[in-house]
Amino acid sequence: MTSMTCAQASCLALRQEMLRDDRVWALGEDLGPEGGVAGQYKGLQQEFGRHRIVDAPISENQITATAIGAAITGTRPVVELRYADFAFCAADEIINQAAKIRYMLGGQVRVPLVVRQSIGMREGMAAQHSQSNEALWIGTPGLVVVAPSNPSDQHRLLKAAIRCDDPVMFLEHKELWNLQGTLDPDAEPLEIGVAHLLEQGSDITIVSWSSTVHACIQAHSALTKLGISADIIDLRTLWPWDQSLVEKSLKKTGRLLIAHESIRTMGFGAEIIAEMTEKYFDLLRSPPSRVASPRIPVPYSKPLEDICRVGSEKIVQSVLKMLQ
Amino acid sequence: MISTVERLFETMCLIRAFEDEAGKMLEQGFARGSVHQYVGEEAIATAICDQLHVTDYISSYHRGHGHSIAKGLDICAMAKELLGRAGGTCNGKGGSMHIADFSKGMLGANGVVPDGVTLAVGAAQSIKLLKQDRVVVAFFGDGALNRGPLFEAFNWASVYELPILFVCEDNQYAHTQRTRSVTAGEGGPLRAKAFGIPAVSVDGNDVIAVYEMAKALLNQLRTERKPLYLHANTHRLYGHLAYDKGLYRDPNEVESWKKQDCILRTEQWLQQQGVKSSKLLKVHQHARQQVTQAFEQAKAAPFPDILEAFTDVQDVGFEKGLK
Repeated sequence: MTSMTCAQASCLALRQEMLRDDRVWALGEDLGPEGGVAGQYKGLQQEFGRHRIVDAPISENQITATAIGAAITGTRPVVELRYADFAFCAADEIINQAAKIRYMLGGQVRVPLVVRQSIGMREGMAAQHSQSNEALWIGTPGLVVVAPSNPSDQHRLLKAAIRCDDPVMFLEHKELWNLQGTLDPDAEPLEIGVAHLLEQGSDITIVSWSSTVHACIQAHSALTKLGISADIIDLRTLWPWDQSLVEKSLKKTGRLLIAHESIRTMGFGAEIIAEMTEKYFDLLRSPPSRVASPRIPVPYSKPLEDICRVGSEKIVQSVLKMLQ
Repeated sequence: MISTVERLFETMCLIRAFEDEAGKMLEQGFARGSVHQYVGEEAIATAICDQLHVTDYISSYHRGHGHSIAKGLDICAMAKELLGRAGGTCNGKGGSMHIADFSKGMLGANGVVPDGVTLAVGAAQSIKLLKQDRVVVAFFGDGALNRGPLFEAFNWASVYELPILFVCEDNQYAHTQRTRSVTAGEGGPLRAKAFGIPAVSVDGNDVIAVYEMAKALLNQLRTERKPLYLHANTHRLYGHLAYDKGLYRDPNEVESWKKQDCILRTEQWLQQQGVKSSKLLKVHQHARQQVTQAFEQAKAAPFPDILEAFTDVQDVGFEKGLK
């Protein structure tokens, strides 16, 4: 086991996959000299050359289109979009092309593509550099959506995403880049679609992903002190999501809380609750609930930005309300 | 040259016959959705694709039947696709705007302007990365000249020196809009040149001129392996879509272009070379027979199994079955 950050873990995963398979390559802005905005590509261009770690102009649409065109003709590209907000500049290529090519063309070709994009808030980046866009991708048939919360999952899921024959939206939270954790460098890829039960309890099921998972873990400690035990589930992959693990937990606790940083309205929490309520209404001991951002753009000023943050206190408060 | 032009003439007639039949299929309710006919522009795809290897890639746009036929796609599979039948090029799931056949190097028509071009640049990048000797030809219409992504594509192909020929088929109309009236500056060739891409223009209704020009460009492309741009001036004789009567055009303009019809001009040239008109007539008849047969087979073919709607969405995390 080794200790490293999420950024280092993703660098390790890409390096391992590039060594394993000549067809794997990466393209995006600022990958070379500095190794990506968070050092998540550090040293790779020096090792693999400019043709396999391609420094791109600020052309998110064409970066993505190049990758899709190359994915359908025999290579396995990894796109770096820097900020998830910039994925909107490439949304046509992702939604109209990558997600649909295989289907529209009657299955004659697949799109083995990874689109990496950093989501979430980080120290006052304001409305155009702080968004979490998972709901958009989850609602697009054809796409796989992954959002790891720690270095080990980052490492194993990026490997899995690169080996996946479907286009994978790989969402990396900015506040997790420097998170330190232990991992096995030789670990096999993680199976996409398998969630992780982080803490076990009997009073409530708390489902989360990406950086908000850490707020849930803090909330778990606080709740334990209050004599409340919670199942904490890190979904890890959002499409497909591990319905069976959530179901199993819900059958035990009868209470469901979803915590995510993205906007509450039309957020993925709503879908999870709808699905579970349709199936298990009779098991519910209280109305399911969500802790999420209000439907406002992410503000710059610290006290205003905090309104959008989902911290452990908000989670604890919601749990207490549900248990009343 | 005569035998070459005769061969090109056969392909052009096949495309024309296919497009006319496709229009009828829409009228009669056998085809659905959008059918954009390539009538009047056949010389361009025909003269260029004739000089491509099966391993070379092409990409097209919404008006893609001509490129597909010229690249050697099976017209029966295309007919089935238009009729939404099993055994269509895309098993009935794409329709007219998504005809593709990777085994023939046809990467797809495309419903979004100019995404056939942006993806073709990616295919060219792939060729370079995999050290292959293929080339790519990206066909697009003049309407694409006002879409920003086209210029990201031009820039990319030029910066990374990719083996791609951009072919703008300038039929002068973006649906009902006269392209010139909404296009600043001098248009396509100058825009390509601004990205360091050598650009030339050709009379797109002169199949011999397109053939000769494409020959030179493809030779250059195969040797230098850097992007090139060809601007083919043409006119679509029909509307934007099969049901569009094109009434927004001046009737005199349409009449004058009818006299410039690429098939008519090719016939005239062949006759001047001594080819008998009866022989030309037979080519037309044979094309129509092939097309009629293809669509008859398509009509007799079954629709896809209903569960086909749920196949090829994605491998991972796909919910099977009706909900």
